[in-house]
Amino acid sequence: MNWLDTIVQGVLLGGLYALFAAGLGLVFGIMRLVNLAHGDLIVLAAFLVLLLASALGLSPFVAAALALPAMFAFGWALQFVVLNRTLGKDILPPLLVTFGLSIVIQNGLLEGFSADSRRIPAGALETASLQFGPVSVGTMPLLTFLSAIGVIVALNLIFYHTDLGRAFRATSDDRATAGLMGIRADRIFATATGLAMMVVTIAALYLGTRANFDPTMGPARLIYAFEAVIIGGLGSFWGTLAGGIILGVSQTIGAAINPEWQILAGHVAFLLVLLARPRGLFPRAVD
Amino acid sequence: MSLLETQGLTAFYGDFQALFGVDLRLEEGETLAVIGANGAGKSTLMRSICGLIANSADQIRFEGRGIGALAAPDIVRLGIAMVPEGRKLFPSLSVEENLLVGCYGRSGRVWTLDTIYDLFPVLKERRDSPATALSGGQQQMVAIGRALMSNPRILLCDEISLGLAPVVIRDIYAAFPKIRAGGASIVVVEQDIGQALAVADRVYCLMEGRVTLTGTPSSLTRDAIHAAYFGAHTT
Repeated sequence: MNWLDTIVQGVLLGGLYALFAAGLGLVFGIMRLVNLAHGDLIVLAAFLVLLLASALGLSPFVAAALALPAMFAFGWALQFVVLNRTLGKDILPPLLVTFGLSIVIQNGLLEGFSADSRRIPAGALETASLQFGPVSVGTMPLLTFLSAIGVIVALNLIFYHTDLGRAFRATSDDRATAGLMGIRADRIFATATGLAMMVVTIAALYLGTRANFDPTMGPARLIYAFEAVIIGGLGSFWGTLAGGIILGVSQTIGAAINPEWQILAGHVAFLLVLLARPRGLFPRAVD
Repeated sequence: MSLLETQGLTAFYGDFQALFGVDLRLEEGETLAVIGANGAGKSTLMRSICGLIANSADQIRFEGRGIGALAAPDIVRLGIAMVPEGRKLFPSLSVEENLLVGCYGRSGRVWTLDTIYDLFPVLKERRDSPATALSGGQQQMVAIGRALMSNPRILLCDEISLGLAPVVIRDIYAAFPKIRAGGASIVVVEQDIGQALAVADRVYCLMEGRVTLTGTPSSLTRDAIHAAYFGAHTT
């Protein structure tokens, strides 16, 4: 077994998990909404990219670029029309509604696309790789990882260097006082979910080109996303990337020892981090 | 037509009725003080005007237009800014970010980051600190600066001297002439009657949700204020 190779592959896989997690963490950080349909929304976006790519004969990257504004609009409307109504002192309604949404999306996709597993074709890129010394790195996993870093840099820029980002953080701190600044919380929340759906679309592009997917695989992606967010500590996007990498490396090491242990190793690593650092590795100071 | 007017304003604080028909008017350029004991309805009055409490539209008029039913984000855009009781700074934001978020809904030329820093120079030194790391008086300056960033026509100040040392309160009120010169009319809610009389052109005294006394500071005697503040039977 080549340890270096295993770890590198794990880090790159962690990029995918960070992409799953960034949108989830974004929404939770701003409005304390746990979106149980997050994984299914990733799968929904993957089908949308597949549909655009196959119907219009586009490269998956162009198809994903077309899907980005559509998913933003979908997320905006979903939050504004549905999820905003569930927010309040009680934490149960958003959980119930997004759980229901998860079932609706899965069954809608089954109805529309059948239970067959699909893949977004990426042509020669699927098998392309680059050689770095003793380690061979797949081009798509590398692109996935670089995209994860790009997404996190972009989210940090938005959060800490724009009016919108200040409004996100102010609303998260104190919704009523944010209103006194002219911030309309319902629209801020809708924009946040729209943004999260753009991240979801990028995650879906790499999920769909990397391996087969089918309408029922959303909930497992949700778990990875959760684990990455929690390992990283709520409120830190770089922490989420670290969480994704820890999860990815654990899984590849587990799989290298025994292929049956891949998934289990990730969950065990998650539990170990929770035992040692219950608030995650990089928790936000104010919470 | 007055700049701001309430007519028979009734409002609730939770399940309790806190205001029973309050008539108040604010003219352009004026500074009003609203005084009264704890529970007199002062804060409920302010929260009603700034849109944190919904009322029927016609009970609050801004330049003749009924605004009582509007929500806070719409009220700010009209030019009514609030310095909330307890300051309510955003702990995740630095001092400068707290100020910047103040012009999210509305901005103008008079009050910008630079002119706020001229008004309260100490804030410039602490611009990158978390807002909640500042002293109470400095936090109050941030809260006032944040409200001014929207270049309001009307500035509402809810209990800005609460919990501050007298010397700090004096520093903060020293900024008021400049705020007035910047074009804002002001309503202050104060428990400190001396401070209220010193800063205001006219005073309203509330007791149990009703206006019990109104007039210019020079026209009000100590006894009249005492009676209006605590109730006539105690004199």
